Amino acid sequence: MSDSANGTGADMSAVPEGWEMVIGLEVHVELATNTKLFCGCANQFGDEPNTNICPVCLGLPGSLPVVNAQAVEYAMTLGRALGCSVEPGIFARKNYFYPDMPKDYQISQYEEPTNENGSIRLPDGRVIGIERAHIEEDTGKSTHLGGGGRIHDATATLVDYNRAGVPLVEVVSRPDMHDAEAARLYVSELRDILLATGVSDARMEEGSMRVDANVSVRPTGSDELRTRCEIKNINSLRSLGRAINYEARRHVDLWTNGEAPRQETRHWDEDGGRTTSGRSKEDAEDYRYFACPDLPPLSPSDADIAAIDAAMPALPAARRAALAEAVGVEPAAVMLAVERGLDGLALDAIAAGADGATVLKHVDQNLHEGAGALTADGLAALVTMESDGALSATQVKTVLAEMVASGGDPASIAGSMGFEAMDTGELDGLLDQLIVDNPDEWGRFVEGDRKVQGFFVGQIMKATQGKADGKVVNQLMTQRAQG
Amino acid sequence: MSGEISRDEVAHVASLARLRLTDDELTTFTDQLCVVLETAAQLNALDLDDVEPMAQPYPLSNVLRPDVVVESLDRDEVLSQAPAAEDGRFRVPPALGEAP
Amino acid sequence: MTGLRSAASLAASIQSGDTSAADALAASQAAIAARDDEVRAFLHLTDERAAEQAAAVDAAVTAGETVGPLAGVPIALKDNMCTRGAPTTCSSKILEGWHPPYDATVVERLEAAGAVVVGKTNLDEFAMGSSTENSAYGATRNPLDTTRVPGGSSGGSAAAVAAEYVPLSLGSDTGGSIRQPASLCGVVGVKPTYGAVSRYGLIAFASSLDQIGPFAHTVGDAAICFDVISGHDPLDATSIPEALTPTVPTLDDGVEGLRIGIVSELMGEGIDADVLRRTEEAAEALAAAGATVDTVSVPATIYGLAAYYLIAPAEASSNLARYDGVRYGQRVDGANVATMNTNTRSAGFGDEVKRRIMLGTYALSSGYYDAYYGKAQRVRTLISDEFAAAYENFDLLLSPTSPSTAFELGAKSDPMALYMCDVCTIPSNLAGHPSISVPFGTGDDGLPVGVQVLAPMLQEPLMFRAAQALETAAGGLA
Repeated sequence: MSDSANGTGADMSAVPEGWEMVIGLEVHVELATNTKLFCGCANQFGDEPNTNICPVCLGLPGSLPVVNAQAVEYAMTLGRALGCSVEPGIFARKNYFYPDMPKDYQISQYEEPTNENGSIRLPDGRVIGIERAHIEEDTGKSTHLGGGGRIHDATATLVDYNRAGVPLVEVVSRPDMHDAEAARLYVSELRDILLATGVSDARMEEGSMRVDANVSVRPTGSDELRTRCEIKNINSLRSLGRAINYEARRHVDLWTNGEAPRQETRHWDEDGGRTTSGRSKEDAEDYRYFACPDLPPLSPSDADIAAIDAAMPALPAARRAALAEAVGVEPAAVMLAVERGLDGLALDAIAAGADGATVLKHVDQNLHEGAGALTADGLAALVTMESDGALSATQVKTVLAEMVASGGDPASIAGSMGFEAMDTGELDGLLDQLIVDNPDEWGRFVEGDRKVQGFFVGQIMKATQGKADGKVVNQLMTQRAQG
Repeated sequence: MSGEISRDEVAHVASLARLRLTDDELTTFTDQLCVVLETAAQLNALDLDDVEPMAQPYPLSNVLRPDVVVESLDRDEVLSQAPAAEDGRFRVPPALGEAP
Repeated sequence: MTGLRSAASLAASIQSGDTSAADALAASQAAIAARDDEVRAFLHLTDERAAEQAAAVDAAVTAGETVGPLAGVPIALKDNMCTRGAPTTCSSKILEGWHPPYDATVVERLEAAGAVVVGKTNLDEFAMGSSTENSAYGATRNPLDTTRVPGGSSGGSAAAVAAEYVPLSLGSDTGGSIRQPASLCGVVGVKPTYGAVSRYGLIAFASSLDQIGPFAHTVGDAAICFDVISGHDPLDATSIPEALTPTVPTLDDGVEGLRIGIVSELMGEGIDADVLRRTEEAAEALAAAGATVDTVSVPATIYGLAAYYLIAPAEASSNLARYDGVRYGQRVDGANVATMNTNTRSAGFGDEVKRRIMLGTYALSSGYYDAYYGKAQRVRTLISDEFAAAYENFDLLLSPTSPSTAFELGAKSDPMALYMCDVCTIPSNLAGHPSISVPFGTGDDGLPVGVQVLAPMLQEPLMFRAAQALETAAGGLA
């Protein structure tokens, strides 16, 4: 995604010399099913409160859950996309009281999750292990009244169960990340995989993708795992990096002062730029997990798994590798093109004979809003005209914008716009006149002051209303100076 | 298993289950639960290491439903059954902390 | 008009136009009005719904339309089955005033078959008990002797049939809660194969054990009702997807050539002598009817009670968490939501429910799971395996239903003494097998004795055949 490469600067992320961060992520992903996990209520964000509810998702006495086939298929698809082995899954009950959980237990896979042991390869080549990706149901949504919406000062809580029972997959990484950038790349990559597979719309701001970060620190070179804190309420990739860095520095400060962090859940305070103490894990509930007696186990056959694999679309890592090879660059250089879903267009244009680097340049710089009506053949033809010097860079940009808006072939668009390559004789004449009018500047150029080159190019562009090709002007100037 | 449960354990279990017991109730329940758990201790006589646990009597698997939307309940009918409702939602006293 | 003892003949006379569903309903309501102040089988009557259904049945008959096998038959439902718009309390204060917004699957199936739901019957709170004394709304009395209990937990449904308010009723059976009250009230009671009858809309006690089943005066009526309510339900993931064999067509096929085993572990200590004697007579009657009868040992059944009193409370502790005062039922307010939950549950649940919730919470808690719940689940496998071995040599098994005839109200105040009532019935629930209690004479006190026929998974047709043979033989008993 676009903000993956900037945001928190590297200087902010570093813990002091001698310390290393240990980061594991738990990402809850809402699946893009039509209905909830255990009932036929619509899985729909943003509806009027308590309009997508039924006996099952309200936990009414006597109601029983039945598993949504599409949710299982999506979960297995995600598992296979993450390189997991798909295993027989058992739904368990996690027992605890909370008003947004209608049965006062959550149905979740515990000891036997559907997906185990996968990994995500980051664009920079690092591989982050995935412990499991299990299916569970979402909770309802609480609104705290009074106290400015702060839970501790609330006077009452209002509960909406539209989200209760929405299918989730929780993707649990191994603690394999050691800087905030890795965490951000991991989440970014996971999001791209979710979008590529259609498993989720993965919108952090709408909560359909929610990231909790487990953070600890240790002396560099050690392999110990020190007390970790789980950070919740992270609502964007930018927050993720900030929260991890803040928390890691907090741990380093504590250890340095001879203190130890307490194992607890902490909340990211976006405005304050800090994490605040939440529930202590020491008085953690006893969840009394046991297999949910209302739900028979899932046991996907080899054929089921093979069908999932066969239907798997090309995933971001493979797409990056393919485009990078075609262009002749490192995979990290084509991240943007793949994120924008323009890698197919680019590959086709390159296959049609266009120069790879030029195609990638246009995809990265000129197609922010997507390709629109632009075809691969059209792009290839345009890039070829550009490479042949038939159009200037400015003209190419204008023609490209028109092709995105309305389609068509570049030659006729250029023709209708009056873009024709200037012949060299016309440019020679203009340059002669400029040299006469600006002898001092020309003298400096001849003596090797390349800074004035732009002056001449600019003047010629002005005179030709942008029709001249800057590269050709440069060549002429160099020939004249040497001659 | 010991076959017994202490008064403190009964108090802890009651609090996990969101039940409040008077001192007298705690005494009575502790005695009664001890008797039941002594009966349960009969199971210690069995060698069950090679026996698989049975979660459900009729072995089924992959019981799934199609992903098709079914009509939801009427909100007013549902909220009319709620002890307190406000603004289309269920109203409860304030929560003390976040969910786990 | 035809009386309220036989569902089959009542339905036949309604179908033929000899009597009407409206008259049958009125007769049922009159019988209830005449006597239920004393028996207290019913918690609520569903007069309006019943009148509508009876009118619909009568209209269908008048129009010459095909009506179901239970057309116009008044039926009572244990008050742990959801009925849309009508109270459903589980005999608990915590659900007082709750009107479910939906019907249980069995209710839909009964009404589709023409049955007329007249009301909801009393039970031990959340079906936890064996005497119907643990009800927040007072005890039900045995219609045969009102100083005695009707058994439980489906005591109200058993009493409603025994008192001839209705020819049929439904109960639920988790450890014997249909068969034991059937035995004590002198009626037929059926616990079907786990998964044969949908649990959707049955308020859960112990999900892996609960089954809904019928009470009736005759085995034939029970079979008709079982055939109506059983069969796959997509709303219950534990519902058996395969088509079930109807039981009615083979009801009178007799027991000639069947091999029937008397379970020796259920014929000894703790069972009253008169009950044992009747069970032996039942075995002789089956032999006289052409069955081969022998004793068989199923040793693990003696561990059934211990396993049951871990598994059922464990599942119940989780199933009953939802009664938290947030969405429905009663609330006792508090300064914060946790206190409100605690206030509500402490005031809303009776002692037996609290006892089992605590026992189950303990059995599932970390550090104890393997020793209690895990071990009990292994015992289920053991019992199931031993039954399977017994069924290699026998088609059906036989035992007493209840260790005694109906006891006096208040006689069993010690929880463990009540738990012992289920010793013969629990093994079928643990294995998921069907079984039926059939009245077979009386005990020394003149009160009814029931004998239990146990069958392998899904062998209801065979079970009903043997039950029918016993019913015939019982007609000739002294």
